[in-house]
Amino acid sequence: MITSKRENLVGRILLILLMLWTLMPFVSLFVTALHKSGSYPAGVEWPADPQWGNFALAFQSAQMGALVWSSLQIVLGVVPVSLVIATMAGYAIGHLRVPGHRLLLLLFVFGLTLPFEGIITPLYYQIRDFGLLNTRWAIILPLIGLFMPFSVYWMRAHFVNMPAELSEAAQVDGANRWQVFWRVHVPLARPALSSLGILLFLWTWNQFLLTVVLVNDPLKRTAAGALGAFQGQWGTDIPLLCAGALLIMTPTLLVFFIFQRQFVAALLQGSMKG
Amino acid sequence: MNQPPARSHPSADRPSPHFGSRAVSARRGGVHRTSLRRGRWLGYLFILPALAFYLLFVIRPILLTFQYSMYDWNGVTKATWVGFNNYLKVFADPTLYGPVLNAFELIIFFSFIPIVLGLVTAATVRRIAESRLAGLARTIVFIPQVIPLVAAGIIWSWLLASNGLVNQLLSAIGLGGITKAWLGDFGTALPAVGMIGAWVQLGLCTLLLLAGMSKIDASLYEAARLDGAGPLREFFSITLPSLRQEIVVCVTVTVIAALSSFDIIYISTQGGPGNATLVPGLQIFYLAFSENRVGLASALAVTLMVLVLAVVLPIQLLTKEEKA
Repeated sequence: MITSKRENLVGRILLILLMLWTLMPFVSLFVTALHKSGSYPAGVEWPADPQWGNFALAFQSAQMGALVWSSLQIVLGVVPVSLVIATMAGYAIGHLRVPGHRLLLLLFVFGLTLPFEGIITPLYYQIRDFGLLNTRWAIILPLIGLFMPFSVYWMRAHFVNMPAELSEAAQVDGANRWQVFWRVHVPLARPALSSLGILLFLWTWNQFLLTVVLVNDPLKRTAAGALGAFQGQWGTDIPLLCAGALLIMTPTLLVFFIFQRQFVAALLQGSMKG
Repeated sequence: MNQPPARSHPSADRPSPHFGSRAVSARRGGVHRTSLRRGRWLGYLFILPALAFYLLFVIRPILLTFQYSMYDWNGVTKATWVGFNNYLKVFADPTLYGPVLNAFELIIFFSFIPIVLGLVTAATVRRIAESRLAGLARTIVFIPQVIPLVAAGIIWSWLLASNGLVNQLLSAIGLGGITKAWLGDFGTALPAVGMIGAWVQLGLCTLLLLAGMSKIDASLYEAARLDGAGPLREFFSITLPSLRQEIVVCVTVTVIAALSSFDIIYISTQGGPGNATLVPGLQIFYLAFSENRVGLASALAVTLMVLVLAVVLPIQLLTKEEKA
């Protein structure tokens, strides 16, 4: 391949600039978090006397332990159920092709572009009538429904490429329909399932609108919702707010760095398909 | 949505064979006698849970939004039927159509800037895409996609504050004269909020486009080089045309993010100063839950849903036609 050194150098510089552009905000956030609580530091300025205690203070004020536990409960309520029922539906639409599967798919696809704000008002009254306001169910149940368009679409895209011979062979070997699905197809769908799981985890953890409208108690919210509440409470104390924001982001960032390969792949595929 | 139409497998539409006869070891022998019709019925059973959640928590609220939009209702007392009056208000009242215009302006920042910058970056970086530096960058530029938008809002509210990093940098390069509280100024608040969106979307767009470029046949570039084409020619005659699908994806994802933005603005400006950064999502929230004007909120909600579809569907159909 004909390449010039100069072009590669420009490429490297551009990459470094891009990373700086992404990371500088975090540097500013971190440095600011070390200033005295209640002070007004400059954008990036190393403090004379770093206040590491701010993180402990923010940890207590935000009740990080309870908050992470709450988000975790919501994730556990949303993700496994969504994966199972979306896989079943994707299988029936993509592989079994029940009569009317095209229409059913269209019905789900219709919800793909839906802005959540579009339905938040009736959702509020519906959840109120169910008596679920200010509980974690108020986030869990609607989110499962709201994730169905993408999840079913995603799983169908996997199952539609599975050869029918696969099921026929298993059936000849004496497996019933449920066994064909559970023992043959679900294991084969593992890659598609794990990507979907990552995406749903992320979207649940970061969900904000539903928590703001449906749940008042920050300790029953998702991490993003709790962060919003934390800002409302500590918005004027910039160092403490920065410390809190960093803390609340840490679990997601940790999970991201551990599974970075899978995350990047899932997000790229996710947007290509969505 | 961008998937090629499903290739129907040659045997997929054949009725499944009657397979009861060979089953010997099954515990639930009855199931193996499954007739064709019974199998179909079972298929629907597979769809039922997903469909139930979807109908109850998505389709029903969509229909209810339509219904509410026809009423004047404060959420408590009896609602009165007003027909399409709420929609007339949406199109006549600047505090209602203003947010829609703001959302369209945000598209410049959420879509146009990240895609153009992403194209330039990806095209420049393409050759060193396999290097270790690029591998590191791949992880780093994804961070804004992973953190909650709320966090992005908090971070940038601080960066754009009067003594924040942005002004500090401007002063450092001798532009101290133009420093201001970017989010608090009527003239700059909306672009400033847009910059937050650009920061969030740039990494995703760059990586999507880079992934697309890696699929382009390298011999095309070599041929172009032999013909004496420079980097610019190369970009416009090879790279850009081959990226049609990736660009469509970037446009779709970012336009939806712009039109239905909520988190970033709720955190950074609450729609202010005045209504300078008010967007439909936020206005729906205020109307429905602070001002108790449920009917009007719903009319704006329907407008938003229709608008998103009206913008996204043509973009999608464009690619479908290309393939057919």
